[in-house]
Amino acid sequence: MDSLDRAIINRLQDGLPVCEYPYLAVARELDTDEVTLLDRLEHLLDSGMLSRFGPMIHAEVMGGGLTLAALEVPEERFELVNDIVNAMPEVAHNYQRNHRLNMWFVIATERPEQVQDVINRIESETGLVVYNFPKEDEFYLNLRFSV
Amino acid sequence: MNSAVIDMSTYGPVLDDVDRRILLATQAGLPLVSRPYHAVAEMVGIPSAELMLRLRRLLADGVIRRLAAVPNHYKLGYRANGMTVWDVDDEQISRLGQQVGQLPFVSHCYRRPRHLPIWRFNLFAMVHGHDRDDVQEQIQTIQRCLGEACRDHDVLYSTRILKKTGLRMQPQANQKES
Repeated sequence: MDSLDRAIINRLQDGLPVCEYPYLAVARELDTDEVTLLDRLEHLLDSGMLSRFGPMIHAEVMGGGLTLAALEVPEERFELVNDIVNAMPEVAHNYQRNHRLNMWFVIATERPEQVQDVINRIESETGLVVYNFPKEDEFYLNLRFSV
Repeated sequence: MNSAVIDMSTYGPVLDDVDRRILLATQAGLPLVSRPYHAVAEMVGIPSAELMLRLRRLLADGVIRRLAAVPNHYKLGYRANGMTVWDVDDEQISRLGQQVGQLPFVSHCYRRPRHLPIWRFNLFAMVHGHDRDDVQEQIQTIQRCLGEACRDHDVLYSTRILKKTGLRMQPQANQKES
């Protein structure tokens, strides 16, 4: 990764403009050209430096449901349970963590009442208790990382 | 970033069928071509001017936060990602949560319910460092900020990303009858 890659990552976390030639507009800001920007962006996505590039949907404004949930998964069943949880399209993120509650995932749904349906499905398919941690108060959210 | 709570009862139906098709067509990724919005408009079957108008409205309304790159912080050198969790006096959590949220290394800070006896923590603050020593220092800073109001804390490191697709809409919702 060189300084142009870093500049692209930092700039594109703030959002692509909505105009006819948005990559050209960003390329000019970064003192490069459109073809280079698109090549670099493709490479950053392919190499996994960027996990995706597109709309960041705000579940609650859309009227959707969102929660953080956790499972205590027996080590020997971890991969099996992981497959079950990840197969649910409503599971947006899932992390293994070093705790008795060792699997933590975000459930995002189009309608608030669907969160409970997803929890019920995970419980019935895994036989495990889902611990639900819905947000009660938001103090801060900043998804940008400068590199 | 505007993440204020919006009263949905006065907000009305947020997405119509075309909006929904736009989100479905773009959520896996914007096209990497010179005129990406024209390409999306073609997929959705609407004029590109309308597509851009709708995207601007969705952005203005906050349905879409941004059309943006989402970094993989592991690959970018932030290898120690700790979910720090705190058992904070309920009377003081609103004030103290705000203070913790203002710390520069905190990316998310939320109040969440306890699940006794397995889980006694009600304040969650995600922190990110290059290594675990960084995170330990960050934890000490949070600890000083919370003082006596904090009875216990822990840090859960992510040891593996199992899934990171982001928030997705379901295609079948597109076909549901009105």
